[in-house]
Amino acid sequence: MRLKRRKRENQRLMPIKNQKDPAQGVFTRRALLLMAVQTGALGTLAHKLYTLQVKDGDRYARMAASNRMSKRYLAPPRGRIVDRYGVPLANNKENWRALLMPEETTDVAGTIERFSTMIPLDDRDRARIAREMRHQRRFVPVMLRDFLSWDEMARIELNAPSLPGVLIDVGTRRVYPEGELLAHIVGYVAPPNEKDVARSALLALPGMRVGRAGIEQSQDEKLRGTAGSVEMEVNAIGRVMSELNREEGAAGAEIGLTIDRGLQQKVLNRIADQTASAVVMDCRNGEVLAMVSTPSFDPSLFDSGVSHAQWVEWTNNERTPLINKTVAGVYPPGSTFKPAVAMAGLQSGLFSPSDRVFCPGHLDVGGTRFHCWSRWGHGSVDLHQALKYSCDVYFYEMARRVGMDRIAETAHQFGLGTQLDIELPHIRSGLIPTPAWRQAHHHHWNGGDTIVSGIGQGFVQVTPLQLATYTSRLATGRAVQPHLVRALNRDIGPQATPDHWPALDMPAKYLEALRSGMFAVVNEPHGTAPKAKLNLPNITMAGKTGSAQVRRVSRAMRESGHFNSANLPWEYRPHALFICFAPYENPQYAVSVVIEHGNTGADAAAPLARDIMIDTLQRDPANRTTPAPDPIPAPSPDAAPPPASGPAPAATSGEGDVPPDTE
Amino acid sequence: MKFHKRLLRDEPSFRLLSKLWRISWLYVLLICALAGVGYVTLYSAAGGAPYPFAAPQAARFAVGLVLMITVAMLPPKILVRGAWPLYFVSIILLVAVLHMGHTGKGAERWLMIGGLQVQPSEYAKVALVLALASWFYRINYRRMGNPLWLIPPAFMVLLPVVLVLKEPNLGTATIIGGIGATLFFAAGMRLWQIILLLLPVPYLAKFAYTHLHDYQRARITTFLNPESDPLGAGYNIIQSKIALGSGGMWGQGYLHGSQGQLNFLPEKQTDFIFTMLAEEWGFAGAIAVIGLLLLLILGGMVMAIRSRNRFGRLVALGISMNFFLYCLVNLSMVMGAIPVGGVPLPLVSYGGSAMLNVMLGFGLLLSTWVHRDSRFGEINEEDTQ
Repeated sequence: MRLKRRKRENQRLMPIKNQKDPAQGVFTRRALLLMAVQTGALGTLAHKLYTLQVKDGDRYARMAASNRMSKRYLAPPRGRIVDRYGVPLANNKENWRALLMPEETTDVAGTIERFSTMIPLDDRDRARIAREMRHQRRFVPVMLRDFLSWDEMARIELNAPSLPGVLIDVGTRRVYPEGELLAHIVGYVAPPNEKDVARSALLALPGMRVGRAGIEQSQDEKLRGTAGSVEMEVNAIGRVMSELNREEGAAGAEIGLTIDRGLQQKVLNRIADQTASAVVMDCRNGEVLAMVSTPSFDPSLFDSGVSHAQWVEWTNNERTPLINKTVAGVYPPGSTFKPAVAMAGLQSGLFSPSDRVFCPGHLDVGGTRFHCWSRWGHGSVDLHQALKYSCDVYFYEMARRVGMDRIAETAHQFGLGTQLDIELPHIRSGLIPTPAWRQAHHHHWNGGDTIVSGIGQGFVQVTPLQLATYTSRLATGRAVQPHLVRALNRDIGPQATPDHWPALDMPAKYLEALRSGMFAVVNEPHGTAPKAKLNLPNITMAGKTGSAQVRRVSRAMRESGHFNSANLPWEYRPHALFICFAPYENPQYAVSVVIEHGNTGADAAAPLARDIMIDTLQRDPANRTTPAPDPIPAPSPDAAPPPASGPAPAATSGEGDVPPDTE
Repeated sequence: MKFHKRLLRDEPSFRLLSKLWRISWLYVLLICALAGVGYVTLYSAAGGAPYPFAAPQAARFAVGLVLMITVAMLPPKILVRGAWPLYFVSIILLVAVLHMGHTGKGAERWLMIGGLQVQPSEYAKVALVLALASWFYRINYRRMGNPLWLIPPAFMVLLPVVLVLKEPNLGTATIIGGIGATLFFAAGMRLWQIILLLLPVPYLAKFAYTHLHDYQRARITTFLNPESDPLGAGYNIIQSKIALGSGGMWGQGYLHGSQGQLNFLPEKQTDFIFTMLAEEWGFAGAIAVIGLLLLLILGGMVMAIRSRNRFGRLVALGISMNFFLYCLVNLSMVMGAIPVGGVPLPLVSYGGSAMLNVMLGFGLLLSTWVHRDSRFGEINEEDTQ
């Protein structure tokens, strides 16, 4: 059967006998078909390749570039902060750190353990190391400890053989050579937090710091500099293969302050025992020469992180060491406010300097009795006398008639209760209350509120810097703005004069009347501040005392006749204030002193202000190009660029330097 | 002429020298060119150094070249006789590798024999071509009409396919299956048989998918959507595509392919060597290499068609098909057109076992060319007439 079929098949194939293999035709056709399939398949792949490489090539090439390029930033050194003579106030110092390269040791835990027997690691360090170990690749070093001392480094070097993978490298840390002296002005830096890093990738670099207070904060961007960058080729696991492109960054700018470090020290010495603040200003150009707030703190503690106990101690301290009281402390100005009220009165046209008010020791308005500080009254006083005696009734009466809105307007012109444009963060604007402000807070404005505001009490609140600015403006008649950074802009530099500032909208004769009243306070018999009289030849000073009650004096206490605020507990005593400028004929310096709970301005603040003014006049920082040769360290030679035309050092007043247009 | 042919067919004194002369040296030149491409690319894969890839590969190619020429001298008679023993050895090796093989990347693939790494699955492909060709030669075209004669060769294909799948090496199993299928087809399987056979394929596919290893299934799913797992299973495909794309039209320049040189490219010296090549030489270079591969494939097919004996035809076609499937699977894999499987690019990828087996295959191919006019095997048929 099978044989038969085969024969039949053979017969069927007979006609193509000339072909020796009957299967050859089939094979050839099928092989050709397969060849076509093969060519087609490879052709399809070639087309696919064309799409991948040429048509979509750009897209993949971009992905390739981001695959291999890694941009890393180079941390720029932070700019220095120096005083007006170039004395460094904030500097960078080497910070020696011990790093561990995990891939260079076989036993990471053991190495860390041996390390900790030489250099103690606390729990915080250990937790941080463990965290970094988990997240970083094995060839990225992990910081074990920083701020190593020489001693500790020597110990590590000595034991290097038993510490494989441990290496020492140097970073920078921020140091404040003057410590507490300038802590409030210079501020401090701290490691950036996550929010900072989200804003600027630069801050993610190790060792970068962010200014958290003072100039460090306000000038942070300038001090920070611009990051350099290195573009590197990295392989699939992130190891650097080669450096492609290096761009050096710029170090942070050096910020020169208007502060005279030596004067700052002297001012601090004067008020160190108090909870106080003092501002010395060049009243011609607004340069702040000294700005002291006591007590202070050590700013370098922030660089590595402040301990919790220290923080609690600072924040619970009733003397508020962390707060720069010169700009963030607000106080009722007390009688120092009176010249501003007087200017409002004179400008209103309701008062002339010679108009008199009778002071019987009190003023009754609407059934309320407002007392003068002098129980027996001052009798009939004009403006000059009112300022000299600091007669409260005169200013009660003036405020009552002039009205609060006008007083506020004038006070604002003097800079009181305004946001001053100084290069410090967290400054407060204080307050000059008005009926509108009171109503905005859903209270009724009483006539009595206006009257107590007339002597700088009630809701009136100002900062010591505002007081110094106010004094400068009184002295020069110009809208001087305080500033701390030396070259504020092209106009207001070290050589600036009051002409750079716009004139106040106040008649010169009224300003002169106020100045003469303030002169009388210090220099005339029966003035309130005879203790503030300068004992210098040819130089006189004008000033105004202020004693600001922090709580109401009850009638019972007052009428007992034995009332003496010095017997009150410290926190209930009045603040003592004093503002002054000198030389009187040709004002150069303005000083404001506020002593918290110092009792009376005349006894507590005025003598200190006088001493500060004498120190200032002796050093005369506004007219010197080099610091006076006393107990301050020599400035570094590369600093303190001498001005193009420095005026000759003068021990006394720089007469003729200032145009006498304010007189 | 006639005398010459007689001489070739029957004369035992057919001398070695004239046999050597009959080798297609043009084809050998193409093989050397492809190996040259491999050397140059492996040199770059080592970051511009002959070690550790290029120089050993060149040495192996030299050995392979000698092997190829030697095998090319073997007459079909010997090959037919040797086919069965070789096939059984390959099956034994495949079983052995399952039990004592060395594991690489989740698949058991190597045997260490006398200090040499042997991949039995590579060798099995060549052995299967020989065995199938010898079977189909023995039963000749006419008997193929009877399906009973097709059952033994079907098992001959399925046995290594199953064993290789168990390793598990999906890519090579597919190639073995493909070789078997094309040989059935070329040997003259009837059309009705083919249609009958294809009917249950969809069901088999479904069954196969459910029995795949997890990592194999992952390859299929990531192939369908490589971006679903960019750092895991899809990483290879994505990186390969990125490298290909970064090559562009003219490439990044020799030794300057960023993705390959920077190790973004996985297995750049083995499975993904074509990507490396295409990144550095661009589309222009890649298409030239594809052209070279196509020339080798079609050249082998032409040799198959030109051969005058059934055994030679089938061997040549099987070897060409093996080479073609190798290239197809590898290229599709690096372009992300099929799921990734451990299939190298013949002669270019680094690896000794694949190299020697490819050269063995080319030796068989050249043998069929050298003995293309031999009437061997047809006498039987004439006798039955």
